[in-house]
Amino acid sequence: MYAFTYHKPTSARQAATLLAKKEDAKLLAGGHTLLPTMKQRLAAPSALVDLGACADLKGIAVKGRNVVIGAMTTHAEVAASPEVQAAIPALAYLAGHIGDPHVRHRGTIGGSVANNDPAADYPAALLALGATVVTNKRKLSAEEFFTGLYETALDEGEIVTRVSFPVVSRAGYAKFRNPASRYAMVGVFVAKRGGEVRVAVTGAGEGGVFRWPEAEAALKARFAVKSLDGLKHTADGINGDIHADPEYRAHLIGVMAKQAVAQATGK
Amino acid sequence: MSATGIGAAVRRKEDHRFITGQGRYTDDINRPGQVHAYFLRSPHAHAIIKAIDTEAAAGMPGVIGIFTGADLAADKIGGLICGWMIHNKDGTPMRAGPHPALAQGKVRYVGDHVAVVVAETLAEAKDAAEAIAVDYEELPAVVDTGTAAGAKTVIHDEAPDNTVFNWHLGDREAVEKAFRAASHVTKLDLVNNRLVPNAMEPRAAVGDYDAGEGVFTLYTTSQNPHVARLVLSAFIGIAPENKLRVIAPDVGGGFGSKIFIYAEETVCVWAAKKVGRPVKWTADRTEAFLSDAHGRDHVTHAELATDAEGRILGMRVKTTANLGAYLSTFSSSVPTYLYAPLLSGQYDIPAIYCEVDAVYTNTAPVDAYRGAGRPEATFVVERLIEVTARQLGKDPARFRMQNYIRRFPHQTPVIMMYDTGNYGASLKKALEMIDYKGLGKRKRDSARAGKLRGIGFSSYIEACGIAPSAAVGSLGAGVGLWESAEVRVNPIGTVEVLTGSHSHGQGHETTFAQLVSDRLGISIDNVSIIHGDTDKVQMGMGTYGSRSGAVGMSAIFKALDKVIAKGKKVAAHVLEADEADIDFADGHFAVKGTDRKLDFGSCALQAYVAHKFNGQELEPGLKEGAFYDPTNFTFPAGVHICEVEIDPQTGVTRIERWAAVDDFGNVINPMIVEGQVHGGIAQGVGQALLEGARYNADGQLVTASFMDYTMPRADDLPSFDVGMTVTPCPSNPLGIKGCGEAGAIASPPAVINAITDALGHEEIAMPATPQAVWRAARKSMNRMAAE
Ligand SMILES: Cc1cc2nc3c(=O)[nH]c(=O)nc-3n(C[C@H](O)[C@H](O)[C@H](O)COP(=O)(O)OP(=O)(O)OC[C@H]3O[C@@H](n4cnc5c(N)ncnc54)[C@H](O)[C@@H]3O)c2cc1C
Repeated sequence: MYAFTYHKPTSARQAATLLAKKEDAKLLAGGHTLLPTMKQRLAAPSALVDLGACADLKGIAVKGRNVVIGAMTTHAEVAASPEVQAAIPALAYLAGHIGDPHVRHRGTIGGSVANNDPAADYPAALLALGATVVTNKRKLSAEEFFTGLYETALDEGEIVTRVSFPVVSRAGYAKFRNPASRYAMVGVFVAKRGGEVRVAVTGAGEGGVFRWPEAEAALKARFAVKSLDGLKHTADGINGDIHADPEYRAHLIGVMAKQAVAQATGK
Repeated sequence: MSATGIGAAVRRKEDHRFITGQGRYTDDINRPGQVHAYFLRSPHAHAIIKAIDTEAAAGMPGVIGIFTGADLAADKIGGLICGWMIHNKDGTPMRAGPHPALAQGKVRYVGDHVAVVVAETLAEAKDAAEAIAVDYEELPAVVDTGTAAGAKTVIHDEAPDNTVFNWHLGDREAVEKAFRAASHVTKLDLVNNRLVPNAMEPRAAVGDYDAGEGVFTLYTTSQNPHVARLVLSAFIGIAPENKLRVIAPDVGGGFGSKIFIYAEETVCVWAAKKVGRPVKWTADRTEAFLSDAHGRDHVTHAELATDAEGRILGMRVKTTANLGAYLSTFSSSVPTYLYAPLLSGQYDIPAIYCEVDAVYTNTAPVDAYRGAGRPEATFVVERLIEVTARQLGKDPARFRMQNYIRRFPHQTPVIMMYDTGNYGASLKKALEMIDYKGLGKRKRDSARAGKLRGIGFSSYIEACGIAPSAAVGSLGAGVGLWESAEVRVNPIGTVEVLTGSHSHGQGHETTFAQLVSDRLGISIDNVSIIHGDTDKVQMGMGTYGSRSGAVGMSAIFKALDKVIAKGKKVAAHVLEADEADIDFADGHFAVKGTDRKLDFGSCALQAYVAHKFNGQELEPGLKEGAFYDPTNFTFPAGVHICEVEIDPQTGVTRIERWAAVDDFGNVINPMIVEGQVHGGIAQGVGQALLEGARYNADGQLVTASFMDYTMPRADDLPSFDVGMTVTPCPSNPLGIKGCGEAGAIASPPAVINAITDALGHEEIAMPATPQAVWRAARKSMNRMAAE
């Protein structure tokens, strides 16, 4: 790790001011991505602005037909939240299957979406549920927000303040864990909202999270596991690494999609 | 059996300090004025160092010294050594290149040591290391085990075809004859995957130099501090032994990787004098992945010949063993004498011939890792046996039973003389524990749920203790493999035992105390076990090869004999009886046939006050030492059966059942033994399903962190069903065989045999990851559909 200055503002506004003032400053949320890269000297911010004391970035609230989660809410808090469990159980399930207990008690939803790791779980939920990312400057749909591998629409100095998830009629998430890291090797989130069905895939795409239109169409016709029979995802554009080559990953998309629908339909 | 004696499941004495965070590991040791070392490592797998420019780095804040291989050479510090000489088939010695602690002119693997920066803080040392300019001329990398020997690129000039040795064992002609007479020959190609040991505590060192006394002290993560001192002194030339103290305090796991004498420890103790300040280094996890000696890495072709009745006639094995870029301390012994002599397994095999080619590659050095050679041998034997049974259409349990050795002692064709055992008893018990009879139904139930179920056996044997010193000497070992002990009885009858064994997770402070408690009839709380300090313990060979029970405790046993004999002399004077009439039992010296007796503590006091005997005829005091040299290896053996269920949709393998029946001879503490079995199986399952070090073609370690290298986790493992059979070891006084490695030796073939059973005999390599199993399952189902 290189030397840096450390700041701990108590509101998002203060954090934004600090971020604007310090050159090469970075926001620190749970630190589970940022700190390891700093320890390995792969990142060298001059200043860290720790969001840990910003009370306005924390907490879970149900507002009308939306579940709104503050950026600094940990995965463990989302997993254990009675509000989330009641409104979108698949989202609580997803949060409860991120990493291990240490990761879930430090890692935050804001850090996760801002980082947009192609193997992270939340991006699939945001995309499938049609969530809105709220920053200190604007509101962005998930499609607008996730722009590529580790890339988001966030501008310099922009802070994710919360994520708003519309409550849907049915949703399910299935994840095939990377055996070593336990990130998603393939994660599929399915959501049915009125007549619309969305299927979002994480962990597998060369460009990060993506939607699977053929599965969406099949499920729109009938929201059942059987509708996915015989449907195969192409291996084109799918990631390969030592744990899974594109062919196997593409196959797992189909398997996980079925499991997600089974969860959503209680079958 | 007393509550704390031999055979009792005593809670571990050392756990209080470990569990309450009061263990004292090398990194917990801080010396006044201490500074920090950081090693600049090679980013290339293979390169010539044309120049190293340290000038800019030397002027950076906090920097105290920067040293390279040239500085070591100038101080006449020798290279690291390989302590086991192997001879080629033609009798010539193996071809070993030099192994400098800091590179001299060339780097040979990613992580190789280029320079060391010593600075006030670790951060300053790292900053300065980044400012060192190294001019590398990159060379092609040789990575692959199977093709290293034929590669154009030469890693060491001393080994022009990258081959360290071509070695063999056994009778080639007898084997060829056996194969000619065979009615069936099974052929298998096997890879034993490379593993990274990953002890929880990474390696660390604190070097200290006392200029007044001229004495060096090295605190380090060692399984054998005396061997470290011997090598650092006699071969590397740090200081004479009387001027060099090595202390291995609490050590958080080793699995073999902390047997060896490495560059970093050597450089720290040398640099302490150079800079006049204590020098500390602690590996981070990345450094551990890159530079700890790795394990396994064999490519093997093996064949088994059987007759028409299914009796084994002969075996031939050809193995290429990857030893990495340099020969680590005991690397040459692992794929030779710790491997081929185990190829007879538990079977009566009249003829065996094994050839081993050892190769250099541009990868981390490979050396002993839990089991060391024996897991590799067991994998070959148990895969061959299983596949042969399948090809002959025989039940794998019955085929094993048919070929087991039944009469002891048994001389195998590959050196070993098995002393005792009852292999059939272990198999029978394991079959009951796993409910072999119910397997058919379980398979059908799985099939109905769309799953594939399989069962796999492993009848392993290992050779532990290693071994009579004269025997290993004749095979090329540079050291003897006895053990020492000293029993110091204090005047009030408490006891300190100094042992040359070293505990780094095994629980010696408990089991050794149980032995003393049992024999002297005193509370284990009155016994302290002292180890890991060359200034306290005179000499010792350390802990590896499951030797601390069979060899280390036998030395204690011998010293206790002497203590009791001396105590009888003292008691005879005090009780005014003839020495021959004194019995010692239950902690009392008693005159036969009378009620006159003296408890052990009082006897000790009498020995020290020396009031009741003539100090010229009988020496005062009660302290005895012993060196124990074993008369044979010990031969733990057993049967592990693994049952798996595979989801062909995802390729995920779940271990559903695990029955382990081990014969470790007599057991001192069944709880600790069971823990050793659990840990060993976890590592073996890790090898079979999860772990695998992977270098890419450029020699970069792709699996250099836990994000990519899959360590077994608790939820990867089933609940183990552990049982025992006992045939006491006849060669040592306690009848102990050793239990530390059995689990890791037994389990990989059990898992792979189970998976291949589930897959309709489709072969699969380790680690059998979900991807590999999915692909094999598809192949198998396509094949069965076609048939
Ligand atoms: C061992 C391990 C296993 C893991 N397994 C999983 C897994 O299975 N699934 C999964 O999805 N994730 C996994 N993670 C990632 C983890 O859950 C976190 O989501 C991730 O580390 C980012 O969250 P964080 O709060 O730690 O962010 P940090 O590391 O603090 O920050 C990450 C990045 O986001 C920026 N940032 C943080 N907060 C904000 C904000 N409010 N606005 C704008 N930018 C911001 C930071 O500046 C930084 O660049 C794992 C991590 C580890 C270490």
